[in-house]
Amino acid sequence: MVRFLGILAGIVMVFVAAWSFGHGAYSFLTTPKERNVVKEFHEEPRDLHLASDGPFGKYDRQQLQRGFQVYKEVCSSCHSLRYVAFRNLEEIGYNEAEVKAIANQWQIDVPDIDPKTGEPKGRKAIPADHFPSPFANETAARQANNNALPPDLSLIAKAREGGASYVYSLLTGYRNPPGNLPAENRPGPNLHYNPWFANLNIAMPPPLKSDGQVGYKDGTKPTVDQMAKDVAAFLTWTAEPRLENRHRTGLAMLIFLLFTTVLGYLAYQNIWHGPTSRAVRRTGPLNPVNMAKRDAAAEEAGIPSA
Amino acid sequence: MATVEHSNGAHSAGVEDGVRRRDFINIAAVSAAGVAGLATLYPLLNQMNPSADVLALASTEIDISAIKPGQAVKTIFRKQPLFVRHLTPQEIQAANQVPLSELRDPQSLAERTKPGKAQWLVTMGVCTHLGCVPLGAGEGENRGPFGGYFCPCHGSAYDTAARIRRGPAPKNLEVPDYSFKSDTVITVGKAA
Amino acid sequence: MSFSWAKAYEPKHPLMRWLDQRLPLPRLVYGAVGGGYPVPRNLNYWWNFGVLAGLALTIQIVTGIVLAMHYVASGDLAFQSVEHIMRDVNEGWLLRYVHANGASFFFIVTYIHIFRGIYFGSYKAPRELVWMLGLVILLLMMATAFMGYVLPWGQMSFWGAKVITGLFSAIPVVGTSVQQWLLGGYAPDQATLNRFFSLHYLLPFVIAGVVILHIWALHIPGSSNPTGVEVQSEQDTVPFHPFYTAKDGWFASLCITLFALVTFYAPNYLGHADNYIPANPLSTPAHIVPEWYFWPFYAILRAFTSDFLLPAKLWGVIAMFSAIILLFFLPWLDPSPVRSGNYRPTFKWFFWILVVDVIVLGFCGGRPAEEPWVMISQVATMYYFAHFLIVLPIISWTEKTLPLPSSITASVLHGEAAEAAPIDMSGQRPATAH
Repeated sequence: MVRFLGILAGIVMVFVAAWSFGHGAYSFLTTPKERNVVKEFHEEPRDLHLASDGPFGKYDRQQLQRGFQVYKEVCSSCHSLRYVAFRNLEEIGYNEAEVKAIANQWQIDVPDIDPKTGEPKGRKAIPADHFPSPFANETAARQANNNALPPDLSLIAKAREGGASYVYSLLTGYRNPPGNLPAENRPGPNLHYNPWFANLNIAMPPPLKSDGQVGYKDGTKPTVDQMAKDVAAFLTWTAEPRLENRHRTGLAMLIFLLFTTVLGYLAYQNIWHGPTSRAVRRTGPLNPVNMAKRDAAAEEAGIPSA
Repeated sequence: MATVEHSNGAHSAGVEDGVRRRDFINIAAVSAAGVAGLATLYPLLNQMNPSADVLALASTEIDISAIKPGQAVKTIFRKQPLFVRHLTPQEIQAANQVPLSELRDPQSLAERTKPGKAQWLVTMGVCTHLGCVPLGAGEGENRGPFGGYFCPCHGSAYDTAARIRRGPAPKNLEVPDYSFKSDTVITVGKAA
Repeated sequence: MSFSWAKAYEPKHPLMRWLDQRLPLPRLVYGAVGGGYPVPRNLNYWWNFGVLAGLALTIQIVTGIVLAMHYVASGDLAFQSVEHIMRDVNEGWLLRYVHANGASFFFIVTYIHIFRGIYFGSYKAPRELVWMLGLVILLLMMATAFMGYVLPWGQMSFWGAKVITGLFSAIPVVGTSVQQWLLGGYAPDQATLNRFFSLHYLLPFVIAGVVILHIWALHIPGSSNPTGVEVQSEQDTVPFHPFYTAKDGWFASLCITLFALVTFYAPNYLGHADNYIPANPLSTPAHIVPEWYFWPFYAILRAFTSDFLLPAKLWGVIAMFSAIILLFFLPWLDPSPVRSGNYRPTFKWFFWILVVDVIVLGFCGGRPAEEPWVMISQVATMYYFAHFLIVLPIISWTEKTLPLPSSITASVLHGEAAEAAPIDMSGQRPATAH
């Protein structure tokens, strides 16, 4: 009865699915294929190799500091970094006094209230503060940026497919629109063509315009490419500050687990193939040479062979 | 199971060794699992310790210019009440007159204040008995029989140097790390 | 529990005797996972996944309780509190990554466990209730995993909640009211987040309860085995401890090693980049997909694109839920007296087609709803339903099965079971290590 009803239900489900398939296939075959311009012109993130890549990767602190400098001098005027605190900068190699100075001299005040009047009032940042946002709220941010919202950058390297490579590609990816780009996909007012951006037209004007835009102190040549790499490295760190800890713990864990697995396997072999069953083990169930011996043994033990 | 092998009679010494080695492997495997279990406990327990952002809230700056002699303010340091009292000369005198031998937790007023700033008594507002907030910092509050602070929970009484004089509390009110940034501003907490 | 030769618990230590007389907990453990539970000697490695699923549940509950100490179920703070866990809480990153990837680990081992049951006919009498309780666990797991994914309140959390609760709006007449009842509003918001957190915390304990029933029901007939031939004598079994504790133990260690590899070196591989963007009710991600373990069902949902008597949307919802519900009827859809696929040549072919079919469905479910993926998933959906509802009932009538071994021991001696515990020729109890 269940089988009968099952077959009936099965026929119904298969028929309805086939009905959808038929319609889908018909329109797939009869409708001319729509041109997907965005897919055609969109580019995959370019290769970027960072010191933090791979299972043994560690951050290059010099590079993170350069990247921080790029963020500070270029990005921070529009993009917040709200999940990162000034104190975290100690992790990329600044000492306590330097962090204090960076916080104190940060161009944006931390919103606070006047302890006497209760009126809103900014104050200088301290290391315990998170990076203050350049805009009070979303509306203010859109107002200042032609209705585009500059995203928070703390997690950008994890929040975009391609991660750091995406950031690097995007920052170096401003181009003149190619001649064969259809008119409706050309950048409108206040938009800029960038084939690494999801819909090809990004509201952010090219942030890294020329070599030497940021003055590096460690002697690295601040080319646009270098600055883009450095800030991508910095944003990798802001997105995953515990990466080095993770790599280190992971390695220790894996070594220990492999050791335990081998021990466990030996103990298992030990228990399953202990001394009493040695005779059987020698004749090993899958060893065809011993097939006759085994059948004889089985017969002797009074077990009918299959 | 060793007996089975013994009855075979062959290489009995080798078999003994083999048995010992096998036992060792089983014990080692179980121990490794035990170590893994204990190692797992570490993150599970350590996550309850104060997190990095809590530890970072280390210092607070307090403007003391508005506190008149005889007055005290209650403020917050590390999410706990902090008392800042501007002692009058009489209160300083009263504190200095008490012989240290009479005290449960012997400390002089000088030890509890900064040199040359004996009039500024900065203490945690946390009774050392069970952690209530003693009265006496606010205007018109009961300052207890010794003119300092009085804890209403179990009747601990502190004197003008916030030292324990009567009641169940074992210690004087704690003096936190602090320093004078200027004559009118103090910074409470480490490494100001 | 189940066999006359199962050893009764004999306390070795006076303290255990004292405890056992007052509260027979040692007896219960001994009979359930100790020397007192006789298990077929020929179980292969596919039988390890039940224990692994139990391990995964434990990992999820333990890390989950700990994460709940830091998580804030608030629309304004949820995302931030997760970042707080990742950045500031001691070892918080580890706990969260283990919990997030632990869900995937749980589903992988559970799916393998289910396919093992399908291939070896573990759902057949007298184990129908074991099978059905297992399906209840699967449904609870899906609900729990779905609600857990909403908690970080990222873009994919928010839109996942919206889309999945939107399924219920396909129900005629009351659909919209049901959706609003589930969400506590018109769209996912504070009320949704809070109730999902509450239920996400509750359901794992319900799962644990059903797991106990699942194991209890299993221990009545005892474990099935790769031959599908029932246990006949003591020779067919070995005590669970130390034989299967050792085997489960080392294999669990191996699987945890693989799990650690993903958790430590590719912790976000199975997640979605969009979920690192805070929820934004005004902007939908370009490509909404659930977590990978829902992909096969998501593909079935999307396979229905044309109305037929009922709206396409309703068909999709019906099909998605039926895809799991029909498994409850499996013991009766396939009444073939031969359990194991090893002795069912026709069944075996269709089984492997089903495995490929589900993988194809999974792959299509993870793609955008574009051709050719929709057409492929439509064909795969047809096979999925045809397999369980048409193919299985028919082959259970027509199939010519292979001769079964007379007993588990006979099959072991004949070398059919590569994994079996060796049989002691002296006819005594099987070897144990001290």
